[in-house]
Amino acid sequence: MEVEGGNTSANDAVARKIPIQSRRAKVFYQFTQQNLPACKPVLTPSWIVTTFLLMGVIFIPIGLVTLRTSHSVIEIVERYDTECIPEKFRGNKVSYIKDSTILKNCSLYLKVPKHMKAPIYIYYQLDNYYQNHRRYVKSRNDQQLLHGLKSNDTSSCQPEDSSNGLPIVPCGLIAWSLFNDTFKFIRESSELVVNRKNIAWKSDRNHKFGKQVYPFNFQNGTFIGGGSLDPSVPLSDQEDLIVWMRTAALPSFRKMYGRIEEDLDADDVIAVHLMNNYNTYSFGGKKKLVLSTSSWLGGKNDFLGVAYVFVGSSSIIISLVFMLLHVKNPRGEGECL
Amino acid sequence: MKRYIYINDDETSQDLYCANRLSNRKYTLMNFLPKNLWEQFSRFMNQYFLLIACLQLWSLITPVNPASTWGPLIFIFAVSATKEAWDDYNRYLSDKKANEKEVWVVKQGIKKLIQSQDIRVGNIVWLRENDEVPCDLVLIGTSDPQGVCYVETAALDGETDLKTRLIPAACMGMDFELLHKIKGVIECPGPDKDIRRFDGNLRLLPPFIDNDVCPLTIKNTILQSCYLRNTEWACGVAVYTGNETKLGMTRGIPEPKLTAVDAMIDKLTGAIFVFQIVVVIVLGTAGNVWKDTEARKQWYVLYPQEFPWYELLVIPLRFELLCSIMIPISIKVSLDLVKSLYAKFIDWDYEMIDPETDTPSHATNTAISEDLAQVEYILTDKTGTLTENRMIFRRCCIGGIFYGNETGDALKDVGLLNAITSGSPDVIRFLTVMAVCNTVIPAKSKAGAILYKAQSQDEEALVHAAAQLHMVLVNKNASILEIKFNGSVLQYEILETLEFTSDRKRMSVVVKDCHSGNISLLSKGADEAILPYAHAGQQTRTFVEAVEQYSQLGLRTLCLAWREVEEDEYQEWSLMFKEASSTLIDREWRIAEVCQRLEHDLKVLGVTAIEDRLQDGVPETIETLRKAGINFWMLTGDKQNTAIQIALSCNFISPEPKGQLLSIDGKTEDEVCRSLERVLLTMRITTSEPKDVAFVVDGWALEIALKHYRKAFTELAILSRTAICCRVTPSQKAQLVELLKSCDYRTLAIGDGGNDVRMIQKADIGVGISGREGLQAARAADYSIGKFRFLKRLILVHGRYSYNRTAFLSQYSFYKSLLICFIQIFFSFISGLSGTSLFNSVSLMAYNVFYTSIPVLVSTIDKDLSEGTVMQHPQILFYCQAGRLLNPSTFAGWFGRSLFHAIVAFVISIHVYAYEKSEMEEVSMVALSGCIWLQAFVVALETK
Repeated sequence: MEVEGGNTSANDAVARKIPIQSRRAKVFYQFTQQNLPACKPVLTPSWIVTTFLLMGVIFIPIGLVTLRTSHSVIEIVERYDTECIPEKFRGNKVSYIKDSTILKNCSLYLKVPKHMKAPIYIYYQLDNYYQNHRRYVKSRNDQQLLHGLKSNDTSSCQPEDSSNGLPIVPCGLIAWSLFNDTFKFIRESSELVVNRKNIAWKSDRNHKFGKQVYPFNFQNGTFIGGGSLDPSVPLSDQEDLIVWMRTAALPSFRKMYGRIEEDLDADDVIAVHLMNNYNTYSFGGKKKLVLSTSSWLGGKNDFLGVAYVFVGSSSIIISLVFMLLHVKNPRGEGECL
Repeated sequence: MKRYIYINDDETSQDLYCANRLSNRKYTLMNFLPKNLWEQFSRFMNQYFLLIACLQLWSLITPVNPASTWGPLIFIFAVSATKEAWDDYNRYLSDKKANEKEVWVVKQGIKKLIQSQDIRVGNIVWLRENDEVPCDLVLIGTSDPQGVCYVETAALDGETDLKTRLIPAACMGMDFELLHKIKGVIECPGPDKDIRRFDGNLRLLPPFIDNDVCPLTIKNTILQSCYLRNTEWACGVAVYTGNETKLGMTRGIPEPKLTAVDAMIDKLTGAIFVFQIVVVIVLGTAGNVWKDTEARKQWYVLYPQEFPWYELLVIPLRFELLCSIMIPISIKVSLDLVKSLYAKFIDWDYEMIDPETDTPSHATNTAISEDLAQVEYILTDKTGTLTENRMIFRRCCIGGIFYGNETGDALKDVGLLNAITSGSPDVIRFLTVMAVCNTVIPAKSKAGAILYKAQSQDEEALVHAAAQLHMVLVNKNASILEIKFNGSVLQYEILETLEFTSDRKRMSVVVKDCHSGNISLLSKGADEAILPYAHAGQQTRTFVEAVEQYSQLGLRTLCLAWREVEEDEYQEWSLMFKEASSTLIDREWRIAEVCQRLEHDLKVLGVTAIEDRLQDGVPETIETLRKAGINFWMLTGDKQNTAIQIALSCNFISPEPKGQLLSIDGKTEDEVCRSLERVLLTMRITTSEPKDVAFVVDGWALEIALKHYRKAFTELAILSRTAICCRVTPSQKAQLVELLKSCDYRTLAIGDGGNDVRMIQKADIGVGISGREGLQAARAADYSIGKFRFLKRLILVHGRYSYNRTAFLSQYSFYKSLLICFIQIFFSFISGLSGTSLFNSVSLMAYNVFYTSIPVLVSTIDKDLSEGTVMQHPQILFYCQAGRLLNPSTFAGWFGRSLFHAIVAFVISIHVYAYEKSEMEEVSMVALSGCIWLQAFVVALETK
């Protein structure tokens, strides 16, 4: 490090000539003369090698710890959209799912590979579903979600802003396409309790969705999208809707369904009774059910650990290469300029 | 176009010419908004941003709130409009003050106090001592019985001496009352901007009949914005008023200079624009295809079955808006801001204050600091720029005898002092010429000491020297001149003054000795203007040698001569002179011709040698800057030998054998051509050798070379690192600047006098030295400094830092915009190419306005190397000259950097956080903070 703070004796002479009363005046003088003290790192080869080495030494352990934590999370992912179509409809899935007269129940059997500690989170995952499409993202009205029918301007909700001449609450494509598959979990003939409260953000429940706002005129149109809502429950308690309304960033996403608050033992077999209502067949989307435990780092995610290890090891390699180059052709001090 | 002005005539010519209403305003209250907007929108960048902002009003396609573009756009417009309005308001106030100033004017024969703006052409205006002249006047009366008055012209040409002005002969002796009723016609040319020329005629009408056309020159006028001094009152006829005065005509807004860096930024902006269009077309097409193949199947998006005609355009336009942030809206504003800070740094610099006069350096043009670092050629004036322009009489040669050769100071030479006391006629006459043949005005200070006010530094030096040699110029009263010599007072009547012009290169006076009545002609001038006119019998060899010897020493020489004139000859010549002085066409040329008829058969008395000392630090400055790869050309009006000597003494050229000086001369085309070719040949051969080759050319040969052999001369200019051009006129100086500019070199012109103004205005950077020749050059220049040696600091410190900082700042601005734009583009790939914006309006605005624009301001006080290092190793400047910090390849580097950083930030924010569980707002915030950290890291890394 080389600290430079006003050089030359000429400056001192000037400084003497101009009496400097206060600190502020001095700082202003330094500023006007472009002489503010500065700290300048000198990038010597040894300095660089040390920095890279240090980076590697810090990053690799962090990466390993993260990777280990991620591996300790147990995840069961089961795709069910293809299985849950009866044999005879396999040729025409879309007409099957659109036929509201057919009861679409279906059963899955999941085997728990390892002991899973409560709470076990239940997610549904949709693939190839563009919740981030521009038409979709924009089609909502936050004012209406909070204030209900009092907010009149619902033009942003088009094309699902009104039906039969009456406004829709909640309006917009997002609410209209609400996910409506339901799941029931049974272990050894006794039903597992699924806690479906508190799956949405607290701030959303309290501040974004109104406590006095009830669904109105919802799914009454000619073309019904997704699930319907109980008109007697205020929006702030419709947690499935709240979760769904938080649009996902990626075309394949998971959303929370609920929590199982019991441990699951290894080799337990869990029967899932589900209602396969939601249409992903028309655009080739996939539906998956996910059961996952969690760690202090959240869910299963190897990327972070791998990235840390990768960056750490590459900086060690770089530092080694630099060190070798430096040992082979050392550079004198004077050549730095 | 000629003007006929009827003096004191209220009916005619009233509305022919404009009233004396000054207006420097660009706008009026009514047209301000449209005119200012029109001006701002004539810039391409602003048109672009306006288009984007208008597109954003269409809610179907806008990805973000239109406020995110309208806000900054309106802010930027408001800032520059406010600045314009403020400037214009100040101009209005100063105009108003000038317009409403009260002056005494004769209207209908009565003297009235009216506002200055009501003065009409033809009105008689009365001025009192220390009044400012409201418009251009032709003098008709003064308080002085001789008809003389004194004016200070500092505001006009920057010269601080007093100038004498005379009333025309026809009005001589008219009394106070008569002047109120005077009638007459003035014939003069239409308004022009030449403040040294006025060729008019005056004819008085009955009852003031004089029957004679009386010539008017600039000597008979007092021009607007001068001040009346040492004269109780004066009155004159308004000839030019309002914006048609000489001063008003010279005013004008010089065209703005564009720096190399600005040009490069414009180019890069263009490139980014093209890139943006390509991205938009590709993504737009892909988006439309995806929409038709995929999105229609997605029932939840609910695409309508029928769509309007513009449907195909919607997605490309959305991408256009998404990508519009690629070109940072704030770049112009922030660059303007930091540039004015650089200029302030120059103003503030304590090390560039002239210790003698306490004048700080000043940057008039705040926009071109970074160009200073890219200068390749410096064209410098000699007198006053390299030298101090403080003339001291050092040596002389009288009648073949050299004085002052031993001591180096003729004033202390015993031989000369003895010759004076012994009354040697040659010496006495020599001193008389020194004291009489000039335009110096002696003024008595209150203490009784005599102060000399002179336009020419040389004349002042001569008069001072004469005074020290006991020949004291005591008083000059109209045409009577008093000289005190050894206690006795000699009186001379000045009959005519044959003025100095740069063509004649000499001046003479015709004087009559009041004692004896003898008329004689006293001349002084350059050797080539005097020696050829010596009378046949005289040997001029010794004088030629003296001139040679003195100029070898770098002294300025003047030859003094005289001859007696017979009364008859004078009378005859006087008529011719009078006639020539009253011609309207080619007056200068005619006068010169008439003067020639008297200035012959001169008896040469001797040669004076005046020293003009080099300024402090000139050789070091030239050497340092030359090491920094800057080429120097010296352009001077002085003669060849003096120029070469000065050049040698200030390291400009190296003496033999290290250096070689080639000369281009010749009087005819052929000679010049041959000599040019010879020099070119030598130059080509010697470019490989480590030898300092320079060429020297005089004004005459230069004229021919520029006219007929421009190509060869251009080649020579490129080959030669050093050149000396002597005896060049102001317009030739400007031509040389043009020549170098046409070869794509960055030029800096530095000078101090009025003759350098044109070259200063033409060059990429004009630097004026606020010196003794007035402030004219300093006013016209982009930078004014007190001493030549500050140039080193100006270029190496201020220029270099400005260049580095601007290069960083501009590329960084593109970097940060591209960074966020690339992330938007990547996101569009995973959002079905529908043009969704990952970031919301508030974060985008905050990113541009707050997070990225404030931290980077640190770079404006960043120094990569200390000032001392730069001064010691001026070679570092090569980097800036070659534009290595801002060019397409460095820009490509920044482009790649932003692409890489965008990929890293995007991949990490998608994967690390929660992958499938990530929600849009979360990802957007993570990516935004990633961008902010990355750019902060870049700023920290790049500032040293």
